[in-house]
Amino acid sequence: MPDPIVSFDSVTYRYPGTDFFALTEVSLEIMQGEYVGIIGLNGAGKTTLGLCVNGVVPSMLGGDREGRVVVEGLDVEEYPVREMAKIVGMVFDNPEFQMSQMTCAEEVALGLENAGIAYEEMRERVREALALVGLAGFDDRSPLGLSGGQQQRLAIAAVLAMKPRVLIMDEPTSNLDPIGKQEVFDMATTLNQEFGMTVIVIEHEVEVLALYADRIIVMDGGKVIMNGTPAEIFSQVEKLNALGLRVPEATDLAHRLGKQKLWKGALPTTTEEAVGALNSLLGVKA
Amino acid sequence: MRFGKKGQGHPDTIETDLAIQVRDANYVYPTGKVVALSGVNLDVHPGELLGIVGQNGSGKTTLTKLMNRLLKPTSGTVYVNGLLTTPRTVQEMSQHIGYVFQNPNHQLFARTVRDELEFGPKNIGVDQDEINRRVEDAIEFFDLGSVIEEHPYRVSFPIRKLVGIASVVTMRPSIIILDEPSTGQDHQTTRIINSLMRRLSDQGTTVICVSHDMPLLADVVGRVVVMRNTEIIADASPREVFADRELMLTTNLQAPQITEIALRTVHPLGGPVALTAEELATDVAGRISKRGN
Repeated sequence: MPDPIVSFDSVTYRYPGTDFFALTEVSLEIMQGEYVGIIGLNGAGKTTLGLCVNGVVPSMLGGDREGRVVVEGLDVEEYPVREMAKIVGMVFDNPEFQMSQMTCAEEVALGLENAGIAYEEMRERVREALALVGLAGFDDRSPLGLSGGQQQRLAIAAVLAMKPRVLIMDEPTSNLDPIGKQEVFDMATTLNQEFGMTVIVIEHEVEVLALYADRIIVMDGGKVIMNGTPAEIFSQVEKLNALGLRVPEATDLAHRLGKQKLWKGALPTTTEEAVGALNSLLGVKA
Repeated sequence: MRFGKKGQGHPDTIETDLAIQVRDANYVYPTGKVVALSGVNLDVHPGELLGIVGQNGSGKTTLTKLMNRLLKPTSGTVYVNGLLTTPRTVQEMSQHIGYVFQNPNHQLFARTVRDELEFGPKNIGVDQDEINRRVEDAIEFFDLGSVIEEHPYRVSFPIRKLVGIASVVTMRPSIIILDEPSTGQDHQTTRIINSLMRRLSDQGTTVICVSHDMPLLADVVGRVVVMRNTEIIADASPREVFADRELMLTTNLQAPQITEIALRTVHPLGGPVALTAEELATDVAGRISKRGN
């Protein structure tokens, strides 16, 4: 088993000026190179969890935090956010809010400039980062002239230029159309599989997570309440439904048939699994 | 080309049973370069639940903005409840057609959630008792009790979005346009939006929903309009639209997972193009029990 790149040890956190805990005794480990999906209702603590990994909580936002978050062996609380940004990159659901520069190259270079990276190296990293997200040659284009999917990939390029080992995406595609969504998830998969980057995705669309993630973490009321492979998690259909969460439609279908004792074996989580199992159930040759 | 102020010589009002009638509508942005809508024709009946889908930039939002008069067609006509939109103000049209923006920050400005819900009906002269009834109903339906005295910007974005929808619903317009209502919402709030659309339609309100959320549309709407590159290229039931693989491919849209599974399993055997897991499960169960006997 590889080492954990992120570990939470009994983390409890309250935002300044509030009287409820956004996180309560969260303990978990995320391994180097893992692709983790986080699900939960709005307000369950998913984004706060992400902000603990890049150190924005508590270094920038203040509040009361107990417990310890360790990323790549560093206690997050002891390092400034700009140092953590070299290890952990985070992107949000509104890429245009993250765009401030005249050209794509400048957009990607911004963080590098702030980190004091030398000009030659900066050029090289910008080129690499744009290529990684499939925007090679977009250097002089205006970020505002890009499609939603391209803008989100540009926001990710700006994060990648810092050469982080962990990429956190917080509902990265909720404002994108299906093609933009596909672009972003395909790119994250490449980063994960070919470059070994640890990917943490906060996402409501469970079909997408079932397809890509190695592990699913379920949060509710500031706590991690379930933690396992997509098959382990999504097979607990009734428990998730009781939490107000849903499972992939593929799983829901098999679960419904299971209740009538018509489905045998594991519940599928993806289209391919469901099609294969259903066709053999119906006696159709593939 | 110049058009007369009174709407290009078209009648100011028409006798019609339609909630919305769009004829040969074109829209070219004022720079004169970018065409956003070409030759659009659309009839929407009162009480209809209509979904509009298409890639970003295909013209969906432009089309809906022609309906509430935020934009005027460059040529062609738009009638809402029989009224030609072009010579009318956005404010006048807002009594007929409520528009819920994708981003609630574009429409919320009151000091509290309650004020936000009261603002619209107050503005059109609804009496206070009726306003109170509508607000109480909205609080219950949208589950806003715990945030009702909060500043709209103090509540989370997903809840703010529900407030944006609720503040239009309290105006009781005969037509409501929802632009991406389920974006960024979890399953629980998406369910609220789902039942809202059904309820509005049951009450006779015409609902137009622009969305990328295909499972939501598959479950709720009776008709899907597909846009591509400034034009309407399909207008049919969700079942027909989602079963059309060629159409899904050319528009870069994705049918709900359950429809995809149905198309690759029971559909070749003569089964339905299912839109929900429940529907497909019922069909499969029927097939297995028939074979068992």
